[in-house]
Amino acid sequence: MVDNSHTRVVVGMSGGVDSSVCAYLLKQQGYDVVGVFMKNWDDTSDSGVCTATEDYQDVAKVASEIGIPYYSVNFEKEYWDRVFTYFLDEYKNGRTPNPDVMCNKEVKFKAFLDYALEIDADYVAMGHYAQVSKDEDGTIHLLRGADDNKDQTYFLSQLSQKQLEKVMFPIGGMQKSEVRRIAAKAGLATAKKKDSTGICFIGERNFRQFLSEFLPAQPGKMVTIDGVVKGDHYGLMNYTIGQRRGLGIGGDGQSNDPWFVIGKNLEKNELLVGQGYENEHLYATSLDATKLNFIAPIDEYGTDFHCTAKFRYRQKDEGVTIHLNDDLTKVIVDFDRPVRAITPGQEVVFYDGEECLGSGTIDHAYQKEHTLQYV
Amino acid sequence: MKHIYLDNAGTTPMAPAVIQKMTDTMTATFGNASATNYYGRQARFVLDNSRHVIAQSVNAQNDNEIIFTSGGTESDNTAIVGTALARKDLGKHVITTSIEHEAVLKPMHFLETQGFEVTYLPVDQNGEISLEDLKCSLRDDTILVSIMTGNNEVGAKMPIHEIGAIVADSNAWFHTDAVQAYGLLDIDVKRDNIDLLSTSAHKLNGPKMCGFLYCRADHNYESILKGGDQELKRRAGTENIPAIAGFAEAVKLNSSEVKFGHCRNYYEFKHQLVDGLKNNGIDVEVNGKLDEGELPHVINLWFKHRPSDVLLTNLDLKGISASAGSACTAGSLEPSHVLTAMYGKGSPRISESLRFSFGAFNTAADIEAVITALTAIIKK
Repeated sequence: MVDNSHTRVVVGMSGGVDSSVCAYLLKQQGYDVVGVFMKNWDDTSDSGVCTATEDYQDVAKVASEIGIPYYSVNFEKEYWDRVFTYFLDEYKNGRTPNPDVMCNKEVKFKAFLDYALEIDADYVAMGHYAQVSKDEDGTIHLLRGADDNKDQTYFLSQLSQKQLEKVMFPIGGMQKSEVRRIAAKAGLATAKKKDSTGICFIGERNFRQFLSEFLPAQPGKMVTIDGVVKGDHYGLMNYTIGQRRGLGIGGDGQSNDPWFVIGKNLEKNELLVGQGYENEHLYATSLDATKLNFIAPIDEYGTDFHCTAKFRYRQKDEGVTIHLNDDLTKVIVDFDRPVRAITPGQEVVFYDGEECLGSGTIDHAYQKEHTLQYV
Repeated sequence: MKHIYLDNAGTTPMAPAVIQKMTDTMTATFGNASATNYYGRQARFVLDNSRHVIAQSVNAQNDNEIIFTSGGTESDNTAIVGTALARKDLGKHVITTSIEHEAVLKPMHFLETQGFEVTYLPVDQNGEISLEDLKCSLRDDTILVSIMTGNNEVGAKMPIHEIGAIVADSNAWFHTDAVQAYGLLDIDVKRDNIDLLSTSAHKLNGPKMCGFLYCRADHNYESILKGGDQELKRRAGTENIPAIAGFAEAVKLNSSEVKFGHCRNYYEFKHQLVDGLKNNGIDVEVNGKLDEGELPHVINLWFKHRPSDVLLTNLDLKGISASAGSACTAGSLEPSHVLTAMYGKGSPRISESLRFSFGAFNTAADIEAVITALTAIIKK
């Protein structure tokens, strides 16, 4: 057996079952494993209990069960400066940002990576459902997690070669059920812990209320595409394209079909609404995106090629043809078939088979020649 | 990996003689000291003897001035809240300093919610208060002055004798949190006009969850824990006889000569550490004073441009246990209120400092190992 005892692996431990099993497996393989918990958000409730406390307690339990040292590191400032301000700016512009993509790019695979290197990490391990492979020349490719349902490459698509160079994803080749089984068999305290949902800093709270603490809501009118007023909205930032819930409009239109958000008019502060899940204004045929990142060089693909794409997390891939500009700063993505509820601010992530090629941030959606009024 | 423990201001390992004493007591003396049966008398005998040893250690007038508690925190809470409740009709003003331990500051915050007014005396860059400030702050309605004997984070020592004299001329009672100082300094409640004094056993190689509050004989505070009549109705709850016996044993071991020897060693450790680091080209400064007048076992160092958490983790991974202020409930470091009070909110010292605190089992070789480790970490 290979002696890994002189190879230090710093594991990002969130207090969840996935990162617990990562740490456990690495320890089993004989690595010098160090667990580190990231505290990214200062959220002390009225009773004075910080919501990160329970997660940290779980890290402490699991790390001691495994027999590894653990520490907590504070990235509140980095998170605020590099993730949360971006998150608010995007909402101010009527878009729907993806803070988890930014968190990986700026905190988990940057601030944390730097910290890990400061404590002599040879590798950094994360509990993401994703895989990496390395070419002979050292080029790293990001591959989907083996569990289709859990694949998290969507959130990792903005990472660079340098950020992935020293990363291990010990559970990337596993099914979630297997991860749970390992945790239970090893008797880890987090074996039955519920998966976290939603954005880390908001937790289980009401999203609209949370946002209103930071951005003053500007209520306005809900109107149809023909200008008929259907009601009031709580501020455009509280709505996302294709949303049905929370509009509070009954059927009373041309049909009994439910109402959906079909667009936003930022200048007039109007929320555009239309009837029917399959409302024509919800279907785009192409989009453009900027802030492009490709994980490995894409020279062999050229600037125009066919591949698949995801427009939001956990969606099925769609066939697309992409047209890159020469300096790889902008992309136009033509869809094989119309796609519903393309949302500016979200990532469009490109795949070639199992490989995640990279992504861009969606700016506009188009229906043929016509720009959909999404922001 | 060899482990070196330099966090003795946090807690200390128990002395073998203390462990033996506690083991013997647990084995032979399980009775309830309040019981009027054979077993109760056995327990009470141990309790009385322990109380006597401890009363002498602070030059108390009589043994009944010692109330056993669960430790420093309970002693502080009892002294502060208990005094406030007992004396509230005489006034509702209390004085303390901005660099007290949380076990003093939090009860003070509590008093503020109960209609009391608290004056927090500021400190200078050495962690010292001004006696003039104290004199000016004392009022007719000041019922309590609580000032620590020595600070746990930077080792600053307060002029307890002078403070005692000033407070003795007022209506206030004088409480001092001596948790850090008790194991090392010569404490004399009569000489220093101390009315209330808090200590903890585990800071001087005794057991955890055990301490005492000294309360001057003619003073009655309102008991916080209500229940049985233990400790002359001043602290309800069955006494932890083995822990109290262990505490008394630790105090006996800690004679004046032993304390003097420790002080001398620790003072040399401080110089060895600072000189060794500077000789290795490390940019380091002492927070507070490097002076014989300070608590000898605590030194707080500023490592310029080196975040505390990174240094601390690196040291720990090399087997060296130090500290850097307190951690929040999620394990990450909180900015030190002591360094903030000394150097101001924006000072880089707050996030770039480490505390080393020495104990009876440390040697010069330990300090040398720390110098080597820190140099390797910083020069990496």
